[in-house]
Amino acid sequence: MTHLWKFHGGIKLDGHKTLSCDKPIIQAKIPQFLVLPLLQHKGEPADPIVKVGDYVFKGQIIAQNAASSIHASSSGTVIAIEAHNIPHPSGLKVDCIVIETDAKDQWLELEPISDYTSLSADEVRQHIAKAGIVGLGGAGFPTHIKLKPTKIATLIINGAECEPYITCDDRLMRERAKEVVLGAEIISHTLGGVKRCIIAVEDNKVDAYQALLIASANSNVEIIKVPTIYPMGGETQLIEVLTGNKLSRSNLPASIGIVVQNVETASAVYRAIEYGEPLLSRIVTVTGSGVHKPQNMAVLLGTSMRFVLEQCEVTSKVNRLIMGGSMMGLSLPNDDIPIIKTTNCLIASEENEIAASTMPCIRCGSCAEICPMDLLPQQLYWFTKAKDFQKVEEYKIFDCIECGACSYVCPSSIPLVSYYHYAKSEIHINKSEAKKSELARQRHDFRNFRIEREKKERAERHKKAATKSKAAIKAEIAKARAEKT
Amino acid sequence: MEFKVSNAPFIHNNNSVSKIMRQLLYALMPAIVVYVYFFGWNIVVNLFIASITALSCEALMLLLRKRPLRAFLTDYSAIVTAFLLALALPPFVPWWITVLGTAFAIIVAKHVYGGLGYNLFNPAMAAYAMLLISFPLQMSDWSVILDTLSGATPLDAIKNQLKITDLKAWEWINLAFLLGGCWLLYKKVITWHIPVAMLISLIIISAIFFLINPNLYSSPLFHLLNGATIMGAFFIATDPVTAATSNKARLIYAAGIGILIYVIRTWGAYPDAVAFAVLLMNMAAPTIDYYVKS
Repeated sequence: MTHLWKFHGGIKLDGHKTLSCDKPIIQAKIPQFLVLPLLQHKGEPADPIVKVGDYVFKGQIIAQNAASSIHASSSGTVIAIEAHNIPHPSGLKVDCIVIETDAKDQWLELEPISDYTSLSADEVRQHIAKAGIVGLGGAGFPTHIKLKPTKIATLIINGAECEPYITCDDRLMRERAKEVVLGAEIISHTLGGVKRCIIAVEDNKVDAYQALLIASANSNVEIIKVPTIYPMGGETQLIEVLTGNKLSRSNLPASIGIVVQNVETASAVYRAIEYGEPLLSRIVTVTGSGVHKPQNMAVLLGTSMRFVLEQCEVTSKVNRLIMGGSMMGLSLPNDDIPIIKTTNCLIASEENEIAASTMPCIRCGSCAEICPMDLLPQQLYWFTKAKDFQKVEEYKIFDCIECGACSYVCPSSIPLVSYYHYAKSEIHINKSEAKKSELARQRHDFRNFRIEREKKERAERHKKAATKSKAAIKAEIAKARAEKT
Repeated sequence: MEFKVSNAPFIHNNNSVSKIMRQLLYALMPAIVVYVYFFGWNIVVNLFIASITALSCEALMLLLRKRPLRAFLTDYSAIVTAFLLALALPPFVPWWITVLGTAFAIIVAKHVYGGLGYNLFNPAMAAYAMLLISFPLQMSDWSVILDTLSGATPLDAIKNQLKITDLKAWEWINLAFLLGGCWLLYKKVITWHIPVAMLISLIIISAIFFLINPNLYSSPLFHLLNGATIMGAFFIATDPVTAATSNKARLIYAAGIGILIYVIRTWGAYPDAVAFAVLLMNMAAPTIDYYVKS
């Protein structure tokens, strides 16, 4: 038995996973329209490289930039490049490439790699970048960038899947354990060979664990069961449990020689190398009281959520739609929004949540007890309310992973995470404003300095000119006198 | 389809202020039963008078302060204050003392400071201290018990060097408070830090003096099982609003209460000391929080 550590706090949650975890992954239908956002994670939007009217093949790159590439997830015609709703907390609209599919699903010719071990880490990484793979666990960070650091000793493949309702990783591990293990080996190669390669699974996923054990029988990949406690799947928490290293958010795992990747990312990497398949679809858990057929589906990226929900027999009484889990998910205003690379789960809920009225904080300290980052959520709340952002930073707000555990246990039902969001954005705004005014000050100082310098230079020139002209006049006079005489 | 939008997390463990307060009330029940057994039904009448007064004053203040009535009247916090005060008063105290004390607790000690969650002092203890200072005669009238049990309140008895014949009632009541307190620990309504630190500091300081001179100073056991020690440790010092915040700070806060109880009991002018000890440490709590962060 491997020795495991513990992280501070954490909570036991009702998983609601049995709704969807026992049904095999099914292939979702090809929709009539695919809406592919040029921006699917933090960063700059990709630049489209197709025009309206172009015919595109399945797997063809249609937009790219240094960080990511976006592919047509089925064949068809580009009919528009226009702003469209995307899953975003502020209801932001982003430019999307809209493809009308032709139902032929015609692939571009794929370029599989027969033996990746003969390629250098850099070459493999380029293939991963070309395949448009990003972290599929939720944050969507481009994978090839995450695999750049050298001197990595430990690779952790995160199969904890601690959020309620979500079972896409569970199903993937059960059905495609081999892909996950082989993907882990490819990632390990890309990192220049790691000392330890671990796949971590929460102990409530017995079948997934067994499948991985069988799949990893002839490899160096370790399969480790970790306790089912929220938020085990948080990067910092998983690292702490597996290695005993307590990371703050300002330190990247790479700084202590660790890289964490999600299980589906590992499988996507495998498919990109073995079959040359770019990331065109992902597994989405569709669940909640608002669908008659909760299940996991492999959905083409760009498929409208409405089309996906219809295939799961959505009821007419859905009140809320959540992308992600019930602890950290994003509440969406409508279902006319495409599935993107980070859409791991859709919860359609009939429940008309009667928001418990928020009571004053009674300082009970439950939040501090369960905070997995060992922060003092209550103090953060009071200082945010008082707009004392310096104190908020002192109390390490930027270590907060926004797991929502504090809000979950708060007897006064205070939306603590929303307060932290607010505090973080205020601090960012203040900082960028401070930066701006510092720049302005520097510009102003330099301008004064320049004016001063120019004045001096002018004075100097005048003086020179004056002496010169005096000398010239004198010479002139002297000349004239000489001529007279 | 259009949907309602809200912020994560979308689930909650269903704990609430009113649930916590209800659990506190349940935990007081064993002590109330034992109280009735030894001192009769008067305590029930007092609890009733105090509760009615507390709810009326709470409603009045909420109206004046334009706060939502329903949410705050159903949070049971006013009832908890009423119960704690009634249990701290002598059982045969005149009714107007109970009314006056409860009204002071809710209006002055709670709402003037900003209501639930904002009060600096424990309302029940602030009211108790006010009554003790303003009406010393009525507040130390344990005469009926003196007749029935032929003994004054135990701590008064010690102070006046009276002979004590029956301390059993208080010991049993305190044990019943202990039972309720342990249930609160089990239910995770309170954590061990405050009761344990307070009781241990009281045991240590009383043991030191008891070992120096057993004839002059009473034993640790006597201090534990008499007066409002156990009730104070589990039900009063643990009030999260008026206690220190982090666990380490709470240890210091509670140890301070334990020591102050002993000091006031042994060298002070008042027979029991829990109220003053708690109030003094209430004042110190923000400072402790400032210096002890985690």
